[in-house]
Amino acid sequence: MTHFIDRRLNPKGKSLANRQRFLRRARAQIREAVQKSLKDSAVADIGKERKIKISTKGTQEPRFRLDPKSGGEHDFVLPGNKEYTPGDEIKKPRSGDGQGGKQASDSGEGEDDFEFTMTQDEILDIFFEDLELPNLVRTTLKETPSKTWRRAGITTAGSPTQINLIRTMRNSFGRRLALKRPRPQDIVALEEEVARLEREGASADEIAAAKERLDKANAKRKWVAFIDPIDVRYNAFTEQPVPTSQAVMFCLMDVSGSMGEREKDLAKRFYMLLHLFLKRRYERVDIVFIRHTHDAQEVDEQEFFYSRQSGGTIVSTALDKMLEIQNERYATADWNIYAAQASDGYTQSGDARRCVEMLNGDIMPLCQYYAYIEILDEREMEVFASEDSGAELWRAYRTVAELWPNFATKRISKPADIFPVFRELFKKTEDA
Amino acid sequence: MAFLFEEAEWDFGTLDRTFHAIEDIALGELKLDIYPNQIEVISSEQMLDAYSSLAMPLLYNHWSFGKLFAREETLYRAGYSALAYEIVINSNPCISYLLEENSMTMQALVIAHAAFGHNHFFKNNYLFQQWTNAESILEYLSFAKRYIAACEERYGRDDVEAVLDSAHALMDQGVFRYRRPPRPSRERVLAKRQRRMEYEEEAYNELWRTLPAGIEPPAGPPVSQSDDAFDDDVKLPEENILYFLEKNSPELKAWQREVLRIVRNLAQYFYPQRQTKVMNEGCATFVHYTLMNRLHEKGLITDGSFLEFVHSHTSVVLQPGFDDRRYYGLNPYALGFGMMSDIKRIVTEPTDEDRDWFPQIAGANDWMGVLKDAWANYRDESFIEQFLSPKLMRDMRLFALHDKSDDAAYKVEAIHDAAGYRKLRSSLARQYDVGFAEANVQVTGANLKGDRKLFLAHRMHNGVPLHRATRELVTAHIERLWGHEVVLEDVDGED
Repeated sequence: MTHFIDRRLNPKGKSLANRQRFLRRARAQIREAVQKSLKDSAVADIGKERKIKISTKGTQEPRFRLDPKSGGEHDFVLPGNKEYTPGDEIKKPRSGDGQGGKQASDSGEGEDDFEFTMTQDEILDIFFEDLELPNLVRTTLKETPSKTWRRAGITTAGSPTQINLIRTMRNSFGRRLALKRPRPQDIVALEEEVARLEREGASADEIAAAKERLDKANAKRKWVAFIDPIDVRYNAFTEQPVPTSQAVMFCLMDVSGSMGEREKDLAKRFYMLLHLFLKRRYERVDIVFIRHTHDAQEVDEQEFFYSRQSGGTIVSTALDKMLEIQNERYATADWNIYAAQASDGYTQSGDARRCVEMLNGDIMPLCQYYAYIEILDEREMEVFASEDSGAELWRAYRTVAELWPNFATKRISKPADIFPVFRELFKKTEDA
Repeated sequence: MAFLFEEAEWDFGTLDRTFHAIEDIALGELKLDIYPNQIEVISSEQMLDAYSSLAMPLLYNHWSFGKLFAREETLYRAGYSALAYEIVINSNPCISYLLEENSMTMQALVIAHAAFGHNHFFKNNYLFQQWTNAESILEYLSFAKRYIAACEERYGRDDVEAVLDSAHALMDQGVFRYRRPPRPSRERVLAKRQRRMEYEEEAYNELWRTLPAGIEPPAGPPVSQSDDAFDDDVKLPEENILYFLEKNSPELKAWQREVLRIVRNLAQYFYPQRQTKVMNEGCATFVHYTLMNRLHEKGLITDGSFLEFVHSHTSVVLQPGFDDRRYYGLNPYALGFGMMSDIKRIVTEPTDEDRDWFPQIAGANDWMGVLKDAWANYRDESFIEQFLSPKLMRDMRLFALHDKSDDAAYKVEAIHDAAGYRKLRSSLARQYDVGFAEANVQVTGANLKGDRKLFLAHRMHNGVPLHRATRELVTAHIERLWGHEVVLEDVDGED
């Protein structure tokens, strides 16, 4: 007897549980490796699966093993002799090169690193693991619009889609047992009995009695229904309000002529990461994209990241725009307000002072958190090694930062800076 | 006569036809003795799944299997390693997995290889008969999976993981090599049960009943009757450390002992496979080679299909020389197939040399009978010691090296010449003796009074020490299971 079984349609991912256990086990090593591997990669690539190399510390599987290299004698046999005769000597390969190295890793000795592929979700989970929006306050507890359905046991009334089959059938079965509903095979048996009696020419009384039993059984099957309305149970759900916090993130980006392609590119990468982070971690975060030259406009995601524009630089126009939008759509009573601004630090002379006034006077009182990212080229980064020195806007913004603890300033000069700066800006704090 | 198939594509009808054609030859001509076959077609992803659970269809969950999967998947996707064409499980019925991507020729090859070759070996080899239970292994695995899942739910994943980690580290030391596990006599079992019940009555406390599940009363039942001696059925030294800890560790809870038992049974189940790599693969390869040739001779497969088979077969039995870039140790397929083909040659067309070396079988003519006897009654070590012929040593150009760790060079001890055949053969046989190739660590004693120190001894062969780093790690695992200090000593010992 041979069976062919087609298992191809069986559920996949049988080893998913093991994979999760493995990731959990190697969490510390993986986190380190992910951070390192992301550091030098383009932001657009962050969402791709990639190979991660971790040290096997923590995921070792030690066994007792003989180690003939470090002592004793042993014999072994090799194939493919060409020139050797008994008594010849063959120099041992130094450990680590050629043959020796290969054999070593074969026996598990070179097992220091372990490489495997992680999916995009797993990587993002780990990268964003301990990040959050700072100072998020539940502002709209009262009139929260969002609700969720929760299971609330079993009821006797409900809509047919929510019927609980197991409970219903259990009730039905119990009732049928208790009321002794004849089973189909009982009916068949009775019918056969009648047929047999008729065939064997039994007396009319006997046949009538058998027929009566059959009729009775049939009648009983009718009045003891298979499923009675009293059997039916429904899953009950109740609506529950969910306390949510609404947040909006204003992304302000300088796209003026002074921002070179490189600077724009860095700024965009930063926002892409921010975008990814918010989308992944917060279901209800509105994102407002504002770009500015000497004039600011609200744009959509596509335009923000991919279109080009040029012109002079007036940073305060973007702040104006932000305030305008905030006034129109995001009342502070209902919304947590966040802003991230990226610029090369140059603006029309005198504008920096106006920016500081607006920030101190209007914007910072509204904001939970305001991050300013200045994009420099690497030469400038060397010149402005200290936090105190910098272009006009930087110096101006430093004064704001001194006044407001929730105002952060950071500098980026190369792609490798983006991930660390991002992590620093959104690090989870103890008191948060 | 019509060909069984002419296209590379397969379907279940063709599979069935081909299976029966192969079966006719295997049972009718070769008279193989097999378990009923169950053949399952799976996708490459499922093949990877199967890889990472020790090639078993179901297994309990543990992170190490996830690690294995991650590694295999990466290698496979990067194209470094191809998937095995087949996996076969020593069970009754014998389950073989076919990869869906195989061409029809490959499916035929795999059916011949796994469903007949391996299957015959599993059913007939004495090691498998003695040590594994093909009837119940799947049931046992399913019990193990459920049991461990239940433990995780009740005692927490971390605690279960810790016990499994430690048990896995001792898997090589978790087998009985020479004897069956002692079966306590019926009286002893009854006496033990009686003692346990008395204890439970004494220790019964209404209070403990109200504790939530999972929290146990502070003291466990006594492990042994008196404190300074083991039960009578403990014989020292004990080679099966897992068994010893399961029965005698003072600290383990009942569920932890059961987990050790599961791992130990698994190790024991795989033990015969580790001792018969060459024979098992050799048997399967020889069988598929013979069957495919017969199919071709009978005109059931096309020349093209036969060439595809030959191509695949030759790469399976390729043995690169030691200085070849592709060299990765002796290929068990090559050695096994080489020896079995050689036996057929010795039986049917012996030379004078063969008559000198193998007087019993040279010219005996019933080559299948000789092979079946070998498959049934030998393991790698004894098979090589008995059947490796001078001709094959010459063909494979084998040579033996002696390695002393302090020397800067290996010494060539013997090569494939009249003076070296016997030495070479013994050397190779030893290489396949699991008892030699693996660390021999045994429990030698314990202070049951006082500090409860456990003593282990590593019996060294030719002064080869244990790998230092892993030695410490594994010892730490034993300490975790024993609950007290563990001392591991090296003992010089040729047995």
